[in-house]
Amino acid sequence: MFGFSRPQWIGFLAMVALIVVCPYVLYPVFLMRVLCAALFACSFNLMIGYVGLLSFGQAAFFGMGSYVTAWTMKFWHVDAVIAIALGGATGAVLGVCLGYLAIRRSGIYFAMITLALAQMVYFFCLEAPFTGGEDGIQQVPRGHLLGFINLNDDMAMYWVVAAVFISGFLLIHRIIHSPFGQVLKAIRENEPRATSLGYRTDDYKLIAFTLSCMLAGVAGGTKAIVFGIATLTDVHYSTSGEVVLTTLLGGLGTVFGPVMGAVVVSAMENYLAQFGSWVTVTQGAIFVVCVLAFRRGIVGEFGAWRKLAL
Amino acid sequence: MTISRRTLLTTATAATALPLVRARAQTPSLKIGVLNDQSGPYMNTGGATSVACTKQAVEEFANAQGMKVEVISADHQNKPDLAVSITRQWFDRDGVDMLLDVPTSSVALALQSVAREKNKVYINSGAASSTLTGEQCSPNFIHWTYDTWMLAKSTGGAMVKAGGDSWYFLTADYAFGKQLQADTSALIKASGGKVLGAAQYPFPGTSDFSSFLVQAQSSGAKVLGLANAGADTVNSIKQANEFGVNRSMKVAALLMFITDVHVLGLDTAKGLNLTESFYWDLNDRTRAFTKRVLPKTPTNYPNMDHAGCYSATLHYLKVAHDMGVAEAKKSGVETVARMKKMPVEDDCFGKTQIREDGRNLTPSFLFEVKQPSESKGPWDYFKLVASTPGDEAYRPLADGHCSIVKA
Amino acid sequence: MIMIFGIPGPLLFGQLLLGLINGAFYAMLSLGLAVIFGMLNIINFAHGALFMMGSFAAWMLLNYLGIGYFPALILSPVIIGIFGIVMEKTVISRLYKLDHLYGLLLTFGLSLVIEGLFRNYYGSSGLPYQIPSVLQGATNLGFMFLPIYRGWVVLAALVVCFATWFAIEKTSLGATLRAATENAPLVQAFGVDVPRLITLTYGGGVALAAFAGVLAAPIYSVNPNMGDNFINTVFAVVVIGGMGSILGSILTGFGLGVVEGLTKVFYPEASATVVFLVMVIVLLTLPHGLFGKRA
Repeated sequence: MFGFSRPQWIGFLAMVALIVVCPYVLYPVFLMRVLCAALFACSFNLMIGYVGLLSFGQAAFFGMGSYVTAWTMKFWHVDAVIAIALGGATGAVLGVCLGYLAIRRSGIYFAMITLALAQMVYFFCLEAPFTGGEDGIQQVPRGHLLGFINLNDDMAMYWVVAAVFISGFLLIHRIIHSPFGQVLKAIRENEPRATSLGYRTDDYKLIAFTLSCMLAGVAGGTKAIVFGIATLTDVHYSTSGEVVLTTLLGGLGTVFGPVMGAVVVSAMENYLAQFGSWVTVTQGAIFVVCVLAFRRGIVGEFGAWRKLAL
Repeated sequence: MTISRRTLLTTATAATALPLVRARAQTPSLKIGVLNDQSGPYMNTGGATSVACTKQAVEEFANAQGMKVEVISADHQNKPDLAVSITRQWFDRDGVDMLLDVPTSSVALALQSVAREKNKVYINSGAASSTLTGEQCSPNFIHWTYDTWMLAKSTGGAMVKAGGDSWYFLTADYAFGKQLQADTSALIKASGGKVLGAAQYPFPGTSDFSSFLVQAQSSGAKVLGLANAGADTVNSIKQANEFGVNRSMKVAALLMFITDVHVLGLDTAKGLNLTESFYWDLNDRTRAFTKRVLPKTPTNYPNMDHAGCYSATLHYLKVAHDMGVAEAKKSGVETVARMKKMPVEDDCFGKTQIREDGRNLTPSFLFEVKQPSESKGPWDYFKLVASTPGDEAYRPLADGHCSIVKA
Repeated sequence: MIMIFGIPGPLLFGQLLLGLINGAFYAMLSLGLAVIFGMLNIINFAHGALFMMGSFAAWMLLNYLGIGYFPALILSPVIIGIFGIVMEKTVISRLYKLDHLYGLLLTFGLSLVIEGLFRNYYGSSGLPYQIPSVLQGATNLGFMFLPIYRGWVVLAALVVCFATWFAIEKTSLGATLRAATENAPLVQAFGVDVPRLITLTYGGGVALAAFAGVLAAPIYSVNPNMGDNFINTVFAVVVIGGMGSILGSILTGFGLGVVEGLTKVFYPEASATVVFLVMVIVLLTLPHGLFGKRA
């Protein structure tokens, strides 16, 4: 149903097992950060790995999802389910609008347009009163899920985030392993031929783009509830750059690559925070090393070594 | 086969994250976390020197009294969400009892609720926003060193009195800049002056202020008010000189530290008016303190932010010693209440009092930057123009609308 | 006083002039970028960091070796150009056969490393660099005071831009270079050392960025973040002008500087983003930019 091969099923079960076990050993808030980053990276991977579109503006969708969820939780006191859904919907709507403008171009021009559009979203967030500018939306309550699960408890929050992540992960792979996904793959391999077969490639690309943006919005919204804050950092281009780094490091176009990338990047940021400026240098160095020698990313290289597709 | 390899890989990665799990300390010792900008535009304002001053206070008091105190620090990179993340970890896992420094108003505000939720002590030396002791006040919080209202009154008020009754603002377009402009405008109008206009430039990311400066010149105002900080202030002053703005207008740097003057150099900064609550060369006591701490921070003399970290730590340790360390660790609210009751005294600020809303009433000094010819030694930059005692320097208690103040 | 759209005439002209001065910087920086992309098909995200290094080189020459501004105008581009060549030979040349994307990511990573290292050693507040005494002061143009140094910047930028355009479009060396990027094996068959030509061209593009850095040092304090403030706008300039068109970059650079200057008068908060608005509009109507010719 998800198109997993046997090694991939085993990998998936191992991942779920870790998700279940880790919060008893490690700090749950850190793990939630990893899961949100992983979902974001998976959504990005959908576009770059399976459709072949590099977007440099994913932060716009992640951040706007984050703001909308934060706003609705704080001022309308909605249930967490609704808030996160609204975050996802914001990502999707924004994705359709911006995607419609950007899809007409490809390659480097697509990347530059997405960067420019994301910058405009950043500017909007900077000036619009509802985002709180530099302060962001602070003191977002954890609230309740489905009316009865109290999310103020870190562990309860963790299980919710884990559920969101796993659903998102499976959704992506359901999309890939479907007739729709097959067409996407065809478009990536040879777009003119796909067009000649009668497929309206722009429409397919736009739908994939929108789905990716929706999941980015969900990731952003979840993150806002976990940390109780939505700020300009979420819409800044460095967040866009970071998701590219995460996916590249983990392995573009692989199933578990984005997840692995998120684990490594979050752990690294956590560990290096005490060293101040060295975080940027290390991130840059990893970029360089990955591009030169390690292009398939951690999971990709591992998969190539064991001759598995992970 | 595949199971064990795959699990091995992920377990190895989890293992590298293991340093995150640590056993709690067994003996009651205090832990202070200094959180500030160590790599961005405010790294000289706070940064490593704040940590050095905190450690100085620990050395002087705790070691003499046999208390066990640990000081850790981290870089918040001026990002509220990163700061929230680090602070939660510090409080939840690392057993930090007191959060210190935290410049950048947006970050400072974000941490109010975290400190309150975890019932820890939060003392802010580096941020400016006066809402921290106003609408956003908290029983776990003390604003130690300065704020936007104090700066507005001292620099703004004094300049209006000296004849600068028409102003044009160059404002960083975010909460801090707008607040500073608002507080200063209110004071100018109350003193009978006028605000002729303002240019709000995108923050961050603007390094060229030439067109805004030209607009200021053409407005005909007598004073150019710089409602910005750090690198922006440095750049706007340099460019103001370049365009000859300082020939027709007086330049008021509403938030500027001695560390910024050092970067600018006296040639460019001469004649500027600014307010700090501490100057290393002000009196014998400040000189003595500076001499003690300088070996730990040889390239950077302490400014009011740094002095605030020293002073706050010293007072906290005195109170913790008085209460007993175990009691102090238990409740942030109790500890802060004791800190408000005990009068503050140290070499940096002399005798001050912490008010009910968490405002420490330090005196404010209006300085003028010396001409290069007047400066006799390293960091000899300021001459004192006016001083305001602590109880007059800050916004009156009633005007702050702080919820924890009993009416 | 003449009022145009509610703004006093003298103020408007003053802003236009200032916009032109900023445009000179954009033109110079985007020129280096356009040369590198147009000739070598590399999207050099490290350009901002190299611009910053040019500024720092000038500062270091002054503070460590006592070498002043005018010699630094020549020395700094040479030094940073050599650094660029080393970078190209060791790292960037490995990516020529791959997708554009990797070159972009690599140079992005390099810029993070370079800026991070400088930030660690020199902090973020910026280091002072004085305007050379012969260029100090300002002339009164009637509607505003124009600092002489800024006038010099426009002049220097125009001269260098013209010289570069001339070299590439009108000389035989330029013709060889253009031919080499269209069909390298054929040109190599003629006996031209193409890899060396490419390396030198990359060095040349980097030197242009460093030159702009020296020009910028007295105006903006020399700090590790100065590249960041420019890089987004400069990329927009190159894309609008047409990636690979030298003339496009020069004209667009000056043009965008003026547009930005006007925005600062009417709606200053938007001045950082108007560039992107223009970029989106241009890209949607003219897919390859204003003067672009390559696919």
